[in-house]
Formats: sequence, structure tokens, C-alpha cells
Amino acid sequence: MLLDGKVPTGPIAEKWDRHRFELKLVNPANKRKYDIIVVGTGLAGGSAAATLAELGYNVKAFCFQDSPRRAHSIAAQGGINAAKNYPNDGDSIWRLFYDTVKGGDFRAREANVYRLAQVSNHIIDHCVAQGIPFARDYGGLLANRSFGGAQVSRTFYARGQTGQQLLLGCYSSLMRQVGAGKVTLLPRREMLDLVIVKGHAKGILVRNLITGELERHGADAVVLATGGYGNVFFLSTNAMGSNVTAAYRAYLKGALFANPCFTQIHPTCIPVHGTYQSKLTLMSESLRNDGRVWVPQKAGDKRPPYQIPENERDYFLERKYPSFGNLVPRDVASRNAKQQCDAGKGVGATGLAVYLDFADAIKRDGRAVIERKYGNLFEMYEKITGEDPYVTPMMIYPAVHYTMGGLWVDYNLMSNIPGLFVIGEANFSDHGANRLGASALMQGLADGYFILPYTIGGYLAGSAKLNPATSSPEFDACERAVQERVNRLLAIKGKRTVDDFHRQLGSIMWDYCGMSRNNAGLEKARGLIQSLRAEFWQNVTVPGDEKDFNQSLERAGRVADFLEFAELMVIDALERQESCGGHFNEAYQTPENEALRDDEKFCHVAAWEYKGTGKAPELHKEPLTFENVHLTQRSYK
Amino acid sequence: MSKHINLTLKVWRQKNQKEKGHFETIAAPQISTEMSFLEMLDVVNEKMTTEGKEPIAFDHDCREGICGMCGAVVNGRPHGALKGTTLCQLHMRHFNDGDTIAIEPFRAMAFKVIKDLAVDRSAFDQIIQAGGFISVNAGGAQDANNLPVPQERAELAMDAAQCIGCGACVAACPNASAMLFVSAKVSQFALLPQGRPEAARRALAMVRAMDRLGFGNCGNETECEAECPKGISISNIARLNREFFKASFGSSIK
Ligand SMILES: Cc1cc2nc3c(=O)[nH]c(=O)nc-3n(C[C@H](O)[C@H](O)[C@H](O)COP(=O)(O)OP(=O)(O)OC[C@H]3O[C@@H](n4cnc5c(N)ncnc54)[C@H](O)[C@@H]3O)c2cc1C
Ligand code: SF4
Ligand code: FES
Repeated sequence: MLLDGKVPTGPIAEKWDRHRFELKLVNPANKRKYDIIVVGTGLAGGSAAATLAELGYNVKAFCFQDSPRRAHSIAAQGGINAAKNYPNDGDSIWRLFYDTVKGGDFRAREANVYRLAQVSNHIIDHCVAQGIPFARDYGGLLANRSFGGAQVSRTFYARGQTGQQLLLGCYSSLMRQVGAGKVTLLPRREMLDLVIVKGHAKGILVRNLITGELERHGADAVVLATGGYGNVFFLSTNAMGSNVTAAYRAYLKGALFANPCFTQIHPTCIPVHGTYQSKLTLMSESLRNDGRVWVPQKAGDKRPPYQIPENERDYFLERKYPSFGNLVPRDVASRNAKQQCDAGKGVGATGLAVYLDFADAIKRDGRAVIERKYGNLFEMYEKITGEDPYVTPMMIYPAVHYTMGGLWVDYNLMSNIPGLFVIGEANFSDHGANRLGASALMQGLADGYFILPYTIGGYLAGSAKLNPATSSPEFDACERAVQERVNRLLAIKGKRTVDDFHRQLGSIMWDYCGMSRNNAGLEKARGLIQSLRAEFWQNVTVPGDEKDFNQSLERAGRVADFLEFAELMVIDALERQESCGGHFNEAYQTPENEALRDDEKFCHVAAWEYKGTGKAPELHKEPLTFENVHLTQRSYK
Repeated sequence: MSKHINLTLKVWRQKNQKEKGHFETIAAPQISTEMSFLEMLDVVNEKMTTEGKEPIAFDHDCREGICGMCGAVVNGRPHGALKGTTLCQLHMRHFNDGDTIAIEPFRAMAFKVIKDLAVDRSAFDQIIQAGGFISVNAGGAQDANNLPVPQERAELAMDAAQCIGCGACVAACPNASAMLFVSAKVSQFALLPQGRPEAARRALAMVRAMDRLGFGNCGNETECEAECPKGISISNIARLNREFFKASFGSSIK
């Protein structure tokens, strides 16, 4: 089956305006008759929930943390892009669009990306109006910096805490609507299933994480804004609770999962240091603006960095990519770091690290300037490693960071299940095979503030009103299934902990479905995942009770879903016999070891349909056409 | 350099809000000094789980010191003794072999214990609902650069905006007051031109909500500032007081 992305016709610059005009509107007085469920309160869900409520809809907002303000978006450091061109350095909507399509290695839908670039400017306006304290120049105007992969300065930031400030802005708008009675807040709830009535998404089943009760919630439409699935690798820069459960449960109910193998490995993270480690910490990519990446020229050189003279260092990114230097896109930077370490030039105790050195920047700009730009990041580095990066170069290594894949959505951000919308990192839409820095925050807020609030109206106005009673048979069946699964998890009483399984799954995925992949490794991973999953259902131990605050049970459910989802990632990686962006299959590379695409065979979105337990999922393709940005081999030389 | 230390934990265990809690002594042998405090608890929990015991419940998410979800009172200090650090960013290199560590939940009238170290801080959300926002809907904003903000003001606003809503200030305060938390939000907006139109109403509404929710009054004890992991300054409380008095005396919003 070929998938239709429902991209409006007409020239790319006019599509969104025209579409907004053509969308049916819900009469303002009628909006209060519609209930909308928004799962997730990160930048995407928080902004959507607040905006839908501002428009007059009744919103129920869910998250698994104790407060919406804690969503994983809070951790974003570096910044948010917009095509304002305030620095007058040649930026434009068109350039942001072009960079994003190219950066994504031509695996995103052009029309979506163009719209994203178009609304980017409104985001900054709105965020400033909300009181977000962005960095400013001496004249009091907004400051910009350049950020991984861009040759213009289009990134807005609030010190190293941009995600925090944007999320708190979103959260304050959401709280205003809670106060106004338009949003019902349901924190400490985990969505465990999607309820479908007559083919439309009409509700969810959640577990109250304090009491353990299962709750039914019905609505006229369901919005998933549940973030990415990077934690399938166990170690990642994601928050501990980030998971695939909501998206995967929707997949089991018929929603297509697009490009699951597209994961982003971020080049600048603090290296792994022990087996007990629970997560990896990102050092914002903005550091690459001033830090220089290097390794010793000689393999096995174990001298401390200050003893290695200039002429025995290899600033490998500057050497290989003279025009982009340390600012090459993430996939390129990560792969190069791995290559250096594989060649024995890695530094630090494990040999799995490269230096990120600020000595020159400090000499050039002075310590005070560097401190103002990156103070909190340097502090965080020192807290974790016990080393002072003002004096010794940082050590960094790539880590799993972001997932471009996600539930398939059309131009309206609606999945193939009518009434089920997916926004933010949870959908697959805008970043293709590789996301550029500072573009996830932009996408989440674009979806939530400026796109979904329009398109959801089109769905509601265009379909019969049907907000079923939560006592319907569909809810009954759903609750029964969820209850059975919970019972099963608690009844196994095996010998291994949930984390133990999760860690093992993570290392399988990192070794065989990580930065660099090959067919033999992927085949092997598939077998390993299957047997690990079988063992999980025999031998996991989940202590505690069901009707209780039970964090082991929460994790068990998430890991059980990761164990299934991981296989889908591997299947997708095996199907895509090319390299593109974050998906690097060793069999397909240019002589210079860059990802080699196969546009003849793979210029499409791969969207997978669940066919039942033990059955192979079915592949649906959405062909991608590039009418505005020409398909070229990416080059950052 | 990494080494291993042996610790004894005295951990607050409480099944739920209704039941009484108690301290349980738990051995934590062979803890790497490279671990974070929460990783140390993970290791202890893994062991308890395999022994068939219920692990210690504690809240956490980002483990980067930014989400504000973690927190416990460690040896009498919220987030432990290290200054400017959340519990998740406290590393075991700050402890010594043979130490006994007391770990309790944040305690306050307005924060009820859910289980063990996890507490209910939803009162903070309710304070924000009362006025911790600028009333602007998506879609209507003017160009962002039409509103210059002097750099020093923007920086001061940013200093205040860094609050992570963890609640350590409340746990540290002898009166369990939320003044530092409230003042951080009020200051952030009061310092910016966008926030001025509602400054008076905001200060009044948030302080009233704080009182209503069972937080105590500020007695200038300054413990909150000492324990705040984000360095929120008590000068924000002075600013809040100014806004509050201006509002109570000078405005029609009562
Ligand atoms: C360390 C770090 C730094 C980053 N820095 C940048 C940056 O500088 N610039 C940039 O553009 N991007 C950055 N990113 C990426 C960006 O932060 C994320 O992609 C983005 O914030 C995701 O937002 P979201 O709203 O889609 O999801 P999230 O913020 O992950 O929110 C997910 C929400 O869903 C809820 N949820 C999930 N599952 C369930 C469930 N089953 N039931 C109920 N609720 C559920 C959660 O409670 C949460 O509220 C960074 C990412 C990381 C990890
Ligand atoms: S003021 Fe400080 S201690 Fe209080 S909630 Fe904010 S960050 Fe935590
Ligand atoms: S876990 Fe997020 S601040 Fe500690």
C-alpha cells in the first residue's frame, strides 16, 4: 500500500496558508463541546494543551511525572532555531527549510519542513511575550548563536537551559488554563492503551501511578506527545522515564510506525564510566562553537593532554571538513569520533573518548566570556567527572540522544487512525534521517502552538461527534487486556530485575543497531532480542503490589514494550539497504566513509503495520519527492 | 580516581500517606565513588529486589539537575550538604568509607509523603495556577524584537527563572514557607516589561495561594537560599515583598 501524506497542492510557500483556509473550522461556541486528550506535557504536548484550551476546547493533560513542568524537554540545553535573520547574515525561511531537508539527508517530507520553517518565527514572538528570558545583546535585542550544522546564527537561547525556559513558558500557559478550568491536569498517570471506537481514536486507558488504579478517559480526539524512544538503548541522554509505551501501544492498535531505525547519536556526551551507570549526560552541542575536537595523532598515545604538543594533535573535524570544521552535523561528528577511537586514538581510561578543548577560546575571548556562555555546562561537567574543563580539555563520546522515527502522521499531524494525532518527538515527521541541532524544540512548539490547533479543528468539524461512554465494550476490552498484562508481570516472580534486562537490551542495540550497522550484526541482534524477550517473560522479578505506588512495575511495563519495539527497529534497519543520516549501514558508504544513500530504492518513508503476535509487520511506503531541494550527496567539506 | 566505599543507610520507609513511617537500616557495600547518589540508591534497590524485598521508592527523572523531580533530605540537608547541587548530581566522592547516611523525604505540611522518599508537591503547581504566568494566548504576539529588554534585566530575570521547583527551599525552612519559590517566579516576570501589567495581581494571587495551601510565613531564616540547588537569591523575596505591598496598598485588586 502506498501512503498518502495529504500534502496540499500548490507552490510550497503557499501550501500552509491555502490549507488553513481550506480546513473546516469549529464554531467558537461549539469548541466547548469537544473534549481532547493530550498525553504528554513536554514542549509539544504542553503547548498543544494550552493552546487548545485557549481556543475553547476542554482538555485533559496527562504525564507520568508529578508535574507537567518535569517533562524531558526541560533538559534541552542549546537552543531553538528560527528564521528571523536578526543578525542579517543571510538567513531566511527558505534557508532554514533547505538546511533541514539537507541535514535530514533527504528523508523528510518537504512540505512539512517548509511549514516548520515558516512558523518558526512566530514561536520566538510568542515565547518572548510569555516572558521567557532569552539571551540578549547589549542593546537589549535578542542574541543568536550558530549551532551544529548551520552556517548562519539562527539559534535563540537562554543560557544553557533553553529547554527549561521554553518548557516553563509552556507550563505557565498550561497552568493558566488549569486555573481557568479549561484543562484538567492528570499527572502521575501512565497511558497503557489506546481505545478505538468505530475506527476512531476515542480514549485512553491509564494507570494512576499513586494508587495503581486503572482509569478510563474518553474524548473526541487523542493527541500523543509522548516523546522519543532513545531509552531502548538503556543508556541515553533521555530522562530516565522516557519510553515508547504510548506510541507502541498505539502501533499495536493499528497506528503505523515510521522509520523506527532512525536514531540520532549525539557527538558531545560525557563518556561512559561504569557498569552501574544509569544514564548519559549531554554536553550541549553549542560547545562545538568554541571547543575544538582532537585526538593524539599517534594511536595509543596515553600522555595527558597538556603534554601533547600542538603538532602531535589531530583536529580531525577541522582537517576533514575545512568549511564546517567542528560544526558538522551530528551524525558526521559522531561517526568520526567513533572512527578515531576504533583506530586506537581514543583518550581517557576506556579509550572511548575524544577531547573537546577550550584553551584557544579562553585565550581568545577570556574566561569571563566563556563562563557566561557555558558556565552551567562546565559546572555540570565538573560535578559529574570531578575535572575542571577550564583547565583540562573535556572528554566526550557519542551517545544516543534523539529518535527521528515515530508514529506516522500526515500533513495534518494525524496518524492513519482517524482522531489520533501525534506531535513532537513522538512523530516521525520533520527531521528525516538526522535532526539538526536546535530543531526539536522548534518542531515541538510549532506542532503544539501553531499547527495542531488548526488541523485538529479540521478533523473535529469534519467527522460525526462521537464521544463514547467509558462504559462501552471497547473500554471494557481494553481494561481487561491491560489488567491481564499487569497481573502477568507481577506473577512471574523470576530471578532477574527489570533493569538488568533493560541494560542487556541496551547493549545489544548499541552494538548492532547503533552508530554503525551491518546486515550480519542486525540479523544477530534480532535473534538476541527474541531470546531476551522470551527470558524476560519467564524470569523477570517485579516486587510490590499492583494497587500501590510501584516503580518496579512501571519500569517493567516500559521494558516489556522496548523488548518488542527493539525488534521492529532492527527489521526496519535491515529493510533499508542504504545509509542515510543516522542510519549507517557499513555496506553503503562513499570512499570518504560518508553515508551513501540509494535514492532509487529508498527515497521513501518506511511505515510499519502491526499484524499480530509472532507475525512479520507489513511495510507501507510513502514515496518522498523533492521538488524544491535537489537530491544531492551531502557534503560538509 | 575511582575507589569503593562501604556505607550504612538509614532510610525513611513509609508504605503510604496514611501509615506511619520508620527508619530502616540498609547496608550499602562497595559503592564506587564515581556514582551519583541516585545510582547508589539504584544499586541498593537492585540488590533488595533480587532478595525479594521492596526497593526504596524515590522520585527522579532527568538526573541532570534540571527537572526538579528528585530530592531527599540527606543527613539533615535537602539534596545533601554539597552547595548548589541536586541529589541526582551529588556524587559519592563526597562521602567517606564507613559513613552512615540518613535519608528522609522533604517534609512540610503542604508536601505529603506518597511513599518512602516520594512526596506530593502538586501544591507548587497550584501556586503557579493562581498567577505564575503572563496572560497571553498563542498567535497574537508582536515581533519579538519590538520589545528590547536591557541585558542586565534579562540576566536578572534569567537568574530567577532558573528555579526547578524541587521544593528544597520549603523542606529547609523552619516554617515550611514557599517564599523563595514564589519570589523567583514573581521576580522573573516583574523584571521584564512583558510581566509588568500583571505584576501586582500576580504577587497577591500567588502569595494568597501559598497561604491557602498550608505553607508557612517567611521569617527571614535564609535557610532556603543556603539549600537551593539553583542558587536562587533571597533578594527575590525582597522584590516579592515590594511587589506585594505595592499591590496590597496601591491597587484596586484586593
Ligand atoms: C539532553 C538533551 C538536550 C537537548 N537539547 C536540545 C536543544 O538544545 N535543542 C533542541 O531543539 N532539541 C534538544 N533536544 C531534543 C528535545 O529536547 C526533545 O526532542 C524534545 O524536547 C521532545 O519534546 P516532546 O514534547 O516531544 O517530548 P518530551 O519532552 O519527552 O515529553 C514527553 C511527555 O510525555 C509524557 N509521557 C510519555 N509517555 C507517557 C505515557 N505512557 N503516559 C503518560 N505520559 C507519557 C511524559 O510525561 C512527558 O510529559 C535535547 C534532548 C536531550 C535529551
Ligand atoms: S527556589 Fe530553589 S529550592 Fe526552591 S524550588 Fe526553586 S530551585 Fe528548588
Ligand atoms: S532527577 Fe531531575 S533534577 Fe534530579
